[in-house]
Amino acid sequence: MEAAVFILSLIDCCALIFLAVYFIITLSDLECDYINARACCSKLNKWVIPELVGQALATVLMLFSLHWFIFLLNLPVASWNVYRYLKVPMGNMGVFDPTEIHNRGQLKSHMKEAMIKLGFHLLCFFIYLYSMILALIND
Amino acid sequence: MSAPGYTNLNSSVNYSLNGGATPSYQNGPGQPYPAMYPSSSYYSSTPQQAYPAAPGHKASVVNNDHMSNYYHNSNQPPPAGPGSGPSPYGPSSTSHPPTQPYGTTAPSSSGASQPPSAFQHPALYSMPTAYYGQHYPTSHPQSLPLSQPPQPNLVSVSSGTSMNAPLYPIVSYPSAPGSSQYGTLRSSQMSSGQPPVSTVMAPPSSGTEQQFVQGNGSSIPASVTPAHQSYADPLLSQTAAVNGQANAVPQHYEHSLHTPMTQHYGGPPPTSQGPDGDRPPSGTSTSVHSSPGHQQGLQYGGYIANSGVSSSAATARDHSSSSSDADEEDEEDEEAGADSSSSTTGSASPVPNSYESLEGGSYPDSSIPPPADPSKRAPPFGYSYPSMQPGYQQGSSSRPDSSPSHRGYNPPGYQAQYSQPFPSLSQLSAALGGLSGVPELEVDALRPVNLIQERNLLPPTHTASPEPNLSTELKKVNCSPDTFRCTLTSIPQTQALLNKARLPLGLLLHPFRDLTQLPVITSNTIVRCRSCRTYINPFVSFLDQRRWKCNLCYRVNDVPDEFMYNPVTRSYGEPHKRPEIQNSTVEFIASSDYMLRPPQPAAYLFVLDVSHNAIEAGYLNVFCQSLLENLDKLPGDTRTKIGFLTFDSTIHFYNLQEGLSQPQMLVVSDIDDVFIPTHDSLLVNLKESKELVKELLTALPRMFTNTRETHSALGPALQAAFKLMSPTGGRVSVFQTQLPTLGAGLLHSREDPNQRSSTKGVQHLGPATDFYKKLALDCSGQQIGVDLFLLSSQYSDLASLACVSKYSAGSIFYYPTFHHIHNPAQRQKFQKDLQRYLTRKIGFEAVMRIRCTKGLSIHTFHGNFFVRSTDLLSLANVNPDSGFAVQVSIEESLADTSLACFQAALLYTSSKGKRRIRVHTLCLPVVSQLSDVFAGADVEAITCLLANMAIDRSISSSLTDARDALVNAVVDSLSAYRANGSSLQPVGVIAPASLRLFPLYVLALLKQKALRTGTSTRLDDRVFAMCEFKSQPLKHMMRMVHPDLYRIDNLSEQGALHLNDCVIPQPPLLQLSAEKLTREGAFLMDCGSVMYLWVGKCCSEIFIRDVLGYPNYASIPPNMTEIPELETQSSQRTRAFLSWLQESRTFFPCFYVLKDDPSTKTSFFQHLVEDRTESAQSYYEFLLHIQQQICH
Repeated sequence: MEAAVFILSLIDCCALIFLAVYFIITLSDLECDYINARACCSKLNKWVIPELVGQALATVLMLFSLHWFIFLLNLPVASWNVYRYLKVPMGNMGVFDPTEIHNRGQLKSHMKEAMIKLGFHLLCFFIYLYSMILALIND
Repeated sequence: MSAPGYTNLNSSVNYSLNGGATPSYQNGPGQPYPAMYPSSSYYSSTPQQAYPAAPGHKASVVNNDHMSNYYHNSNQPPPAGPGSGPSPYGPSSTSHPPTQPYGTTAPSSSGASQPPSAFQHPALYSMPTAYYGQHYPTSHPQSLPLSQPPQPNLVSVSSGTSMNAPLYPIVSYPSAPGSSQYGTLRSSQMSSGQPPVSTVMAPPSSGTEQQFVQGNGSSIPASVTPAHQSYADPLLSQTAAVNGQANAVPQHYEHSLHTPMTQHYGGPPPTSQGPDGDRPPSGTSTSVHSSPGHQQGLQYGGYIANSGVSSSAATARDHSSSSSDADEEDEEDEEAGADSSSSTTGSASPVPNSYESLEGGSYPDSSIPPPADPSKRAPPFGYSYPSMQPGYQQGSSSRPDSSPSHRGYNPPGYQAQYSQPFPSLSQLSAALGGLSGVPELEVDALRPVNLIQERNLLPPTHTASPEPNLSTELKKVNCSPDTFRCTLTSIPQTQALLNKARLPLGLLLHPFRDLTQLPVITSNTIVRCRSCRTYINPFVSFLDQRRWKCNLCYRVNDVPDEFMYNPVTRSYGEPHKRPEIQNSTVEFIASSDYMLRPPQPAAYLFVLDVSHNAIEAGYLNVFCQSLLENLDKLPGDTRTKIGFLTFDSTIHFYNLQEGLSQPQMLVVSDIDDVFIPTHDSLLVNLKESKELVKELLTALPRMFTNTRETHSALGPALQAAFKLMSPTGGRVSVFQTQLPTLGAGLLHSREDPNQRSSTKGVQHLGPATDFYKKLALDCSGQQIGVDLFLLSSQYSDLASLACVSKYSAGSIFYYPTFHHIHNPAQRQKFQKDLQRYLTRKIGFEAVMRIRCTKGLSIHTFHGNFFVRSTDLLSLANVNPDSGFAVQVSIEESLADTSLACFQAALLYTSSKGKRRIRVHTLCLPVVSQLSDVFAGADVEAITCLLANMAIDRSISSSLTDARDALVNAVVDSLSAYRANGSSLQPVGVIAPASLRLFPLYVLALLKQKALRTGTSTRLDDRVFAMCEFKSQPLKHMMRMVHPDLYRIDNLSEQGALHLNDCVIPQPPLLQLSAEKLTREGAFLMDCGSVMYLWVGKCCSEIFIRDVLGYPNYASIPPNMTEIPELETQSSQRTRAFLSWLQESRTFFPCFYVLKDDPSTKTSFFQHLVEDRTESAQSYYEFLLHIQQQICH
């Protein structure tokens, strides 16, 4: 049971890592002018909800399997995702808005955010891996 | 004939320089002068004898290499033309009615007469494009394209070979009107400068092709048609469907059929193209490669066979290429063009206003003239070379074969001679270093001012913007502050220093301003830095004769050969005297490298609200009247397209097909899935369908008089407009009078009237839906600009609607309480605005890039546009009345440089179909002292930039935040100044003299409609004021923020301006405070778009009688909006002063005469920003507040 939970979170975590890398690549493409703002934002906005769901899934899994520490670790990131999604102004085209992304250093802060998330997911990845191995051994 | 010899040179040079980029020349050697044909016909009226190809004059010997260069240059464009265009542009070839020029050529060049044409070739060919263009007209005035202004002269470009060979016709418009449009006075020069370009671009046509063409002759007119259609995007199948679906076709309109094969696209009817008329198409289909040429022919055959299908296919391709890739490609546009241009060389001919006298009518003396035109050229050589430096002579004599440009200037003697004109960077910095030690100007700007003690700070006249502390030479060439302004005229060295000063760093631009003097440069090579793509500008440094150092990225670049020739002084080897180096604002005529597709025609679509509300307001009549009056003044050429679309709960299209007896209305009631009923006759050629357009405009106001439809389907109408315009791009003008209530993009009222005067902050400043934003981005991608005219007395959610203009680079006009009868002032304003709007210059498919010195970076943009990539603004339309602002940060220390430069390059298509680049360069000193930063602060620019930032803040955060931030900006900067000069008086609000008006301006900002709280302000008014702040140029904005107040009942000639024997009194500026008003006086307040004349109760009756034309105060009517033309001296003075004020702006201001009574007072007194109102502080209170904050 325990092992199954961690295997699931491991897969989820891998997906999130890939997503974070994808975000970073796309944003740096925009930074280097390889794609335009419109294309970049429509690409990224598609993945905002999946990311949110993936993160929420990991959080909920940890909650139900009563791993409090890992749950508390995941909670801030999950709630940040939800907050970010909810605070999007009505007229904007999503979390990433092509008309705003070049203003007020938004691009940089998005980039920073993606980097931090990547680091966080990598950390989680190893925690899950360790816990999974531990669980398998215990079984 | 010297042709073969040159050919060899030519081809070799070509290859070496151009690499593989010249496919059309692969057969070169065999066909020496392939490009000749069209050009020859173009100039056929000129006597051929004028160009005897006498070889071996002395210049040619000396200059052999050189000439080959020029020769090559003139050759270059043809390869570039085909290479540059990804989309098959067959259509446009048909778009020109230009058969005329060819017609004239017929005798000499038609009939496949090989020998004659061959004879022409060298002559024409050898013309270096630009020079040719410039000087040619003078020698052969009768051949000037100018002589037939309305007619575009065009030369089709051969499609070269390749699969998606773009059949670009290069159209050159003899622009007598165009020149005036560009603010250049020298229309003749302009137009004369253009033909050469087209000459250069002319398609290579060889004998074989010619024959081929002739064989094709009869079929060509037919082939023209599909091309038209592909441009106009006809989807015939849809037409049929539409006829089925378009339900209610009003009876009073004739229901005629649209013929599928129509000439709506500006072309002359095919029949009119006789054998002579075949020329342009033949040019199109010819190519150097004989076999590809045949392929072209086959293609044409294909078109003929199934014109409808192929044309629509072409459309599809065209469309897709231009639409889907438009974003990326357009931006590469500039870059790509530059890449190739940097590796090429060409001749340059600036066509600046002031050079007319210098250039005279002769050929440029030095080397540029065509090798095959020695007789013409020889004398000039004689003149110019002796005057050259001895070093040059030596060099050339020692190496007769070598290019003088390479050898001649290298002798050491040269360096000494030229060191003066080429100040190296180190010299510059030394000069500057010396300057910064003599800060006389700074001392004044830094004089501490105690704002609380010194009351009358406002200067009596408008002060010029602070001048950057540069050496006089640099100052002289620096960009005009009206065009390009920086908040800090001394750039701090590091971000840390900037942070210490607590002042915002940013630029305010007005790049497309109407200019009276603008050097226009026609040059094959636009010299740009190879790494950062900066255009060469007055602030680059020449390391030596052959190299220049970019002032933005410091890369060392080569000076191309042609740049060595200076057309102004007509001498060789003085690149620093070229107009690019002498002027910081120049305009280049761009080559096809800078085009993604052929320049689009001017296209205007008017989308008109005809719901009940609109009819009630009665704007339609005013609009139609204005458009009728200005129909001929719409910027454009013979290709200009126009269309109309009206909407209420349904969408009405107007078929204006030439040949119809009256306009035909097509109604589409399916607003959920909008489609275009017929593609080829809704957007029609203005010239051809002018009668129908006029008829429609006359009929339109009456057509809907009894409408009961109250709904408005604006969203679907915009979608329809987008679909209609996307093949061409252009300008959509939307007239809306109410909240959109139907279909996509419908909006709900969000305003709560009770919250209008709330002090807590204002909701709903942002858009309610992303529909308009998305639409605007789509439009921007298709090069469509949407301008919004909102004439609504009720809440219409401008915050949402404005998005459609904001991101498509449009303009927004708002006429609250518009009514054609009840509100004559608004009506008049609408009328005048329309007149300006319709006739003002316009640039299509524009992009603007702002570059700055390495170490600086732009991080935020303000204005109406879409920021496509980090420094590239996409402007579907650009108009001369919009301003932009950007914020700059300092990323790397600028310690190793003494100058910081900014360059804004605006690439656009003129209404005449010319691709042009307007380049502005601003140079500012870099300083390391905080006091220098303060001394260089430009308070007006700072205020405007802060206003822009505050508006962003109020939308993204809240109005209260934005207001606090503004106050903090003052507090912070003044505390920073205080901390810096701590030895000064400890009490009071101390500001440097340069910032003494800063608190006043910020207070004025806080009292603006956009940012005020506590005073009842309608949401739409507020949002409109915000939009104005974002898009107005600095001057206009300052007038809105801090209006000018004058007393005008005692105008005298003291200190008056004398302009053209007209005396313009200059009354002193008054502070905006009621204490300056007296009952005995009459005061004029100039708020930019509104002017108030406030007449005091006890105003002298002489003034009232002499100026206002009424016997006494009581008899002045309450709604007076004009000053009568009286013959008295005081009336003349007043009117002279008023009209002088009006001339300083582009839109006509509303004028109100207000009497001193409570009913009219509020509008006037709200602008007296120094006074206390029930909800806002007075200036003195504000200062005390700031003092309190500083001390804390």
